[in-house]
Amino acid sequence: MEVRPRIAVVTFPGSNDDGDAAWALGALGSEAVPVWHEQPDLPDVAAVVLPGGFSYGDYLRCGAIGRLAPVMRSVEAFAGEGGLGLGICNGFLLLCEAGLLPGVLRRNASLRFVCRDVRVRVERDDTPFTSRCTVGQELVIPVKNGEGCYVRPEGLDPDQIVLRYAEGENPSGAEDDIAGVCNAAGNVFGLMPHPEHAVDPLLGSADGGLLLASLVDAARDRVAAAA
Amino acid sequence: MKAKVLVRPKEGILDPQGEAVANALRHLGFEVADARVGRLVELQVESASLAEANEAVARMCDQLLANPLIETCEFEVTE
Repeated sequence: MEVRPRIAVVTFPGSNDDGDAAWALGALGSEAVPVWHEQPDLPDVAAVVLPGGFSYGDYLRCGAIGRLAPVMRSVEAFAGEGGLGLGICNGFLLLCEAGLLPGVLRRNASLRFVCRDVRVRVERDDTPFTSRCTVGQELVIPVKNGEGCYVRPEGLDPDQIVLRYAEGENPSGAEDDIAGVCNAAGNVFGLMPHPEHAVDPLLGSADGGLLLASLVDAARDRVAAAA
Repeated sequence: MKAKVLVRPKEGILDPQGEAVANALRHLGFEVADARVGRLVELQVESASLAEANEAVARMCDQLLANPLIETCEFEVTE
């Protein structure tokens, strides 16, 4: 039987996509392990997912307080050692505030909350999060955010841009149409669209499943390599 | 000691909130060319000296109160 790699899904006060993320990861062949934000240590897992929603009321700036949660120190250490980390929406913001990903996310240029399917273009297929995709492929995945306007740091390596909104699709005013970026080492990835809401054609699209299944593949490889 | 920390959107960074405020003021009949919306944080700091407090507040700005990519941080400490 194929190994079901264990993937942590962290719940913060205000997370609301942890359930969907855990369900999707389970449906795609992994074992989702729930982790509470107050836990100082991560369980033995092959990857960590920070799901969408809110964190600690998102006071000050989204993710600014959440990144100080006890579990985040372990997440930082895990990612620092090359562990696989995925941040979705608010999880992406947390990774940016924690300095694990470059840039920052601000209020949408429209000042409106946006909730709709968008087309995103895959810019890299050589990451642990996009191995089941091909460069140039367009995926339909929903966004739902009020603070999705990505601002990149000066001198961001273009190679770190993994996903871009397709032409005319940018829902937030994100710079350079950036929808998802990875760190320089490529083991940490964050994106504004919600792949966990697009894993079943019944709900309009299964394209998000390609990203999450890529992560499950990579996590499985890590488990096999460690065995 | 008391500290007032003023966090502002950096120059050149689009401030949609400021734009919305400017528009609303124009609707009220005011002639407003531009508005930028920042944040004022008032702190009570336990500190032995003014210098120490200044140093602590500077670190607070770096570590939490502002994101240097998009915001500037100015502060004043008084006894």
